[in-house]
Amino acid sequence: MRCGDAEFIDVDGLDALFRALSDRGYRVIGPTIVDTAIVYDDIGGTADLPRGWTDEQDGGRYRLVERDDDALFGFATGPHSWKRFLHPPVQRLWDAERDGDAVTVRPAAADPAPLAFIGVRSCDLQAMRIQDRVLIEGPYPDPHYADRRAAAFVVAVDCGTAGGTCFCVSMETGPEARHGFDLKLTEIIDGDAQRFIVSAGTEAGRAVLAALPTREAGDADLASAAAVVDRTAASMGRTMRTDDIHGLLLSNLEHARWDDTAARCLACGNCTMVCPTCFCTTVEDSSDLTGTRTSRSRRWDSCFTADFSHIHGGSVRQSTRSRYRQWATHKLATWHDQFGTSGCVGCGRCITWCPVGIDITEEVRAIRETAEQ
Amino acid sequence: MVPIVARVRRRRRDGPGVWTLDLRSDEGAVRPAAPGQFNMLTVFGVGEVPISVSGDPGDGDRLLHTVRAVGPVSAALADLRPGSAVGVRGPFGIGWPVGAMAGRDILLVAGGLGLAPLRPALYRLLADRDRFGTLTLIYGARSPDDILFRREFQSWRRKPGLDVQVTVDHATDAWDAHVGVVTTLIPRATFDPSRATALVCGPEVMMRFAVNGLRNAGVDEAAIFLSMERNMKCAVGLCGHCQFGTVMICRDGPVFSYDRIGAMLGRKEL
Ligand SMILES: Cc1cc2nc3c(=O)[nH]c(=O)nc-3n(C[C@H](O)[C@H](O)[C@H](O)COP(=O)(O)OP(=O)(O)OC[C@H]3O[C@@H](n4cnc5c(N)ncnc54)[C@H](O)[C@@H]3O)c2cc1C
Ligand code: SF4
Ligand code: SF4
Repeated sequence: MRCGDAEFIDVDGLDALFRALSDRGYRVIGPTIVDTAIVYDDIGGTADLPRGWTDEQDGGRYRLVERDDDALFGFATGPHSWKRFLHPPVQRLWDAERDGDAVTVRPAAADPAPLAFIGVRSCDLQAMRIQDRVLIEGPYPDPHYADRRAAAFVVAVDCGTAGGTCFCVSMETGPEARHGFDLKLTEIIDGDAQRFIVSAGTEAGRAVLAALPTREAGDADLASAAAVVDRTAASMGRTMRTDDIHGLLLSNLEHARWDDTAARCLACGNCTMVCPTCFCTTVEDSSDLTGTRTSRSRRWDSCFTADFSHIHGGSVRQSTRSRYRQWATHKLATWHDQFGTSGCVGCGRCITWCPVGIDITEEVRAIRETAEQ
Repeated sequence: MVPIVARVRRRRRDGPGVWTLDLRSDEGAVRPAAPGQFNMLTVFGVGEVPISVSGDPGDGDRLLHTVRAVGPVSAALADLRPGSAVGVRGPFGIGWPVGAMAGRDILLVAGGLGLAPLRPALYRLLADRDRFGTLTLIYGARSPDDILFRREFQSWRRKPGLDVQVTVDHATDAWDAHVGVVTTLIPRATFDPSRATALVCGPEVMMRFAVNGLRNAGVDEAAIFLSMERNMKCAVGLCGHCQFGTVMICRDGPVFSYDRIGAMLGRKEL
């Protein structure tokens, strides 16, 4: 813990936090079990959290299993990421109405309620920073994302369990949440005693914290909190060497490994959908039958489709090889050129949710082992 | 992200399936564009596509776009009648470095519709003719019938201080000028390679050949500029479609110097 003013709350205190946020007008979103996965959805209180569940993850594999304790945040990342809310799968951009030859265009309305995110992992905090870089900090900020982001209240949680496909330590993005949150929780389970060390990262966080039934955390609590992230850091499911990665990938664009990967890849685009930093979108225009009312919506797109690179005369990237290469080199190399940051935070989602278990850390390793230069 | 509404004032055929639209905005002036920049044009209910400005930036009142009908949106655009509404977002991108070309010998090398994005640069160069060295327009079309801006070519040919060289891939009986790819015309141009700047626009293969011709003639790689084309949905660096290796065409281009993108240009499926 780096904050001097740490306090702790119990499970009732956590419920009080959810109530405080919803009293302040936030739509509270957090992890909850839907079907057979932990996803992010609207939650009413701690009863909706995946109490006592964890996830087993490996390439192409995800399974919920019961824990032998009552941890509320005892799992890693699931198929959803927060981009689903900040940069949603479908975003209306504008509506237009025609009256004779005159057309009036109206921008889409903003969301009614600000969002509060519960249980944001360190990798996902970094993913938000990366999406900020892309969607807000360029020459043309995306107003929809910018508004939601500015209004959002972020409750981070230190990771107490590393997923089987996590490699945040390699990407230097976790497992301890260090900045980018309003409040942060570290869950400590001590036999039957369950506590959350809570610290504020912003004024907004401090104001909410002041309204909660907290108790001051002692040195022993802080030591237990530090042990949580140390334990997690020591149990990462995957690793990836990154110091040479930009040059490695860009000087091996014709490496035989890309053919090998392409032979397995289904070009389904799952990896791009689950990735918390992938931001690509396309637009769809629609019209009523008379053409009087028209509108444009933006929706998530994937660089694995043929349409993505379509120009008159055909797709630029015809082969699966070129599409996987585009995706992986973008994440790990050209993202740096375009945005001055990595496009990967090591959350492992793309590995877990790839139906054939293609593992970006393995692909990079294979290229490095037989690099052309 | 939201287009302003403009109206087609005039529409004129400038080649087979190619129409130039003269637009005026209902909501005050459309922002003036620099040569080589483009706008995103919307046909309401159909879609939006990137189209370069093709008029004279000095003529502030008129916004010209030259469109070839190749698919649903471009065909709907090319088909718009005077009075019709068009959505306009822009102008976007980094255009031709006209301001930095004073004192240089200049080659404009265009293939097919690639002449449209170069035309604003040509207008600016002619308007300020004394500030530049030699000026050559090299243009290649598929056939004599495909030549763009046919009437204007006649006036360009008569302009003092402008050397116009035209070639076609396939001649007709009436064609008595050059036949062959544009590169074959580069040796006919008068320029000092050590102080020459070339602006190149056309299909990607044509640009690759043109660059080779220019480099062989001794033109510096940093003085060869190309206008790149990739699928584009937003034009503001948010949709990811126009990535070309290390750059985004809409944000960092569409005009790039060859030394910046040369290594990526020949790479298949990048
Ligand atoms: C910077 C730039 C400047 C351009 N300037 C002109 C111009 O001055 N005149 C002109 O006629 N054309 C120009 N184009 C090409 C023009 O945008 C395409 O011909 C047009 O998008 C085709 O769309 P479509 O729906 O008619 O056809 P389809 O081929 O069916 O296209 C479907 C979709 O794919 C995308 N797409 C297809 N071809 C291209 C392409 N070549 N470039 C980018 N996106 C494409 C578009 O999003 C389009 O809506 C330019 C392209 C770029 C990138
Ligand atoms: S590339 Fe994979 S590991 Fe990296 S941030 Fe995206 S989903 Fe997570
Ligand atoms: S790498 Fe896996 S998840 Fe991504 S497109 Fe290929 S098969 Fe689908």
